[in-house]
Amino acid sequence: MAEAGKAVRQIAFHVTRYNPERDRVPFVTSYQVPVRQGMTVLDGLHYIKDNLDATLAWRYSCRMGICGSCGMLLNGRPALACNTQILHIANANLTVKPLPNFPIIRDLVPDLQSMFDKHRIVEPYILHANEAESDFWAGEFYQSTEQLKSYLQFSYCILCGCCMAACPTLATDTRYLGPMPLAAAQRYDADTRDEGRHARNAVTDAQSGVSHCHYAGECSRVCPKGVDPAKALQLLKRSLVLDYLHLGRQTSPCKKLQGPGNGTRLPDIAAVPKKTA
Amino acid sequence: MAEIKRYDNRLGIAGWLSGGRWGVERYAYILHRITGLGILTYFLLHILVTSLRVKGIYLWAGHGFMHQPIFRFMEYLVFAAFAYHASNGLRLVLVELGFAIGKPMEPVYPYKTSLNVQRPLLVCMAFLTLGLLAVGAYWALTK
Repeated sequence: MAEAGKAVRQIAFHVTRYNPERDRVPFVTSYQVPVRQGMTVLDGLHYIKDNLDATLAWRYSCRMGICGSCGMLLNGRPALACNTQILHIANANLTVKPLPNFPIIRDLVPDLQSMFDKHRIVEPYILHANEAESDFWAGEFYQSTEQLKSYLQFSYCILCGCCMAACPTLATDTRYLGPMPLAAAQRYDADTRDEGRHARNAVTDAQSGVSHCHYAGECSRVCPKGVDPAKALQLLKRSLVLDYLHLGRQTSPCKKLQGPGNGTRLPDIAAVPKKTA
Repeated sequence: MAEIKRYDNRLGIAGWLSGGRWGVERYAYILHRITGLGILTYFLLHILVTSLRVKGIYLWAGHGFMHQPIFRFMEYLVFAAFAYHASNGLRLVLVELGFAIGKPMEPVYPYKTSLNVQRPLLVCMAFLTLGLLAVGAYWALTK
């Protein structure tokens, strides 16, 4: 095994560059990067910025696959630069492009605003029929482990946009909501505390909604968090069909406990603190 | 504040066809679209060709234009497109109704997706398509 810190191979990074103040179209610049074992694409970009070209721009924050900022097209596939090791995907050449299907702001920085706008449309939060419940909750909702599992997988989305870049339908249809917003809709539709499914159906069942998904499956294949948007979208379609046939789950099945304290507290468990909100 | 210029990076049709490290479902999707467009084109051409009957029957009779080997081959291509589109369509109907994709699960690395779960269905679809193509070829060659 190669020593940590010692370069094992020279990899040519072919990076898409674009400066909106100077360039009419993007172009590719190549950089030679000495790569060590375990080095990520993000490390390689830092090497370029520190040693070869200080003008290179990209977006990143956490460096550990949590913030979802550094989504890029790496050798033709959307992925996070921070959790993709260079030697896992490249022998001698690595193409680094900004995520497609989003406008380029500069170099490797895509404009994700359209995705966030679509995300907002599906109302990705728990809706209550009684609006006062959202602000002045009177108790806790009971949710079984099975009910939790029905949406937990879809709640791990970090909004990186990799699924939107991989979706072939979104490549030709700008109005299509795309895998991320629709998976978010399914995440809340499946939540037994939520009562907004019928309101969301008006968006997800519209012409730009989930019916435009034809299961190419790339969204699930590229998702860095294992969210499986393709599965969420198929479950959403099933839910819409059942709702159309009036066979769907009725809203508000979740039993509400009127706060803790209904049972007998064990002696070694502290009392519930006072409400702060 | 001045508006920042942006470069439209939408892939367009290239998003259907462009290579990449894609999976088999992606190619099934592309082929489904191509065969769908092919069948639609055939329907339009079919209307056009049948409308030519008002010009006379010379296109159709005996060894006329429509009986050339190239047209037999193109007819077989239409049948092949139909066979694939119908078989894959059955798979999509099942998957889109939530069958054969598994239940939501805790994502534990290495992640397993619904694509892995429905893969046997894809294999069945491929065999069904091959069976239909073989039957069609036998019928075309022996007729």
